[in-house]
Amino acid sequence: MTVAATMRSKLEQAFTPALLEIVDESHRHVGHAGHSGAGESHFQIRIVAPAFEGKSRVERQRLVYGVLAEELAGPVHALALTVRTPAEAAV
Amino acid sequence: MDASIRDRIQGEIDAGSIVVFMKGTPSFPQCGFSAVVVQVLNHLGVDYKSVNVLEDPSIRQGIKDFSNWPTIPQLYVKGEFIGGCDIIREMYETGELMELLNTRGIEVAVD
Repeated sequence: MTVAATMRSKLEQAFTPALLEIVDESHRHVGHAGHSGAGESHFQIRIVAPAFEGKSRVERQRLVYGVLAEELAGPVHALALTVRTPAEAAV
Repeated sequence: MDASIRDRIQGEIDAGSIVVFMKGTPSFPQCGFSAVVVQVLNHLGVDYKSVNVLEDPSIRQGIKDFSNWPTIPQLYVKGEFIGGCDIIREMYETGELMELLNTRGIEVAVD
């Protein structure tokens, strides 16, 4: 399974998101520190789920980081996160 | 984590009202995410202290353990962890960052 597919499956299992977008931006960082050349190192994730209601920004990102701890300790060098509740995303 | 590293990190955080742990320096950020936080702080016209984690591997790992936050940059205001690049950018865009700095008694001078 690719890194993106693994992250998708973990996030879906943990948060049952209403929306989940995972964009591999590795190609924009070729030759940059942390870029292995193999791709799948830089990601942008947008996730919308009810699980984030009532949580601060820091708490929300910690939840996502926790689920993706293995990836962050391994192949994923950079991760840009947008974490929203369904109510916020609808605005 | 090692107590001496924890003490050093705490010392850095206590050494300024606004402290950013980043890759590179404000003049030469070595990561796009760190560059964003520097840009925001510069735009707000606030004094801040920066710590280049690339100069010290023990701080680079230590700060992640210290704050239970796996990425860099990390911004601290008056000793409190505020967030990383995504959060700082969002809080800047919504005006919350200025509000937070104001409530902490830090003067903002947007250029």
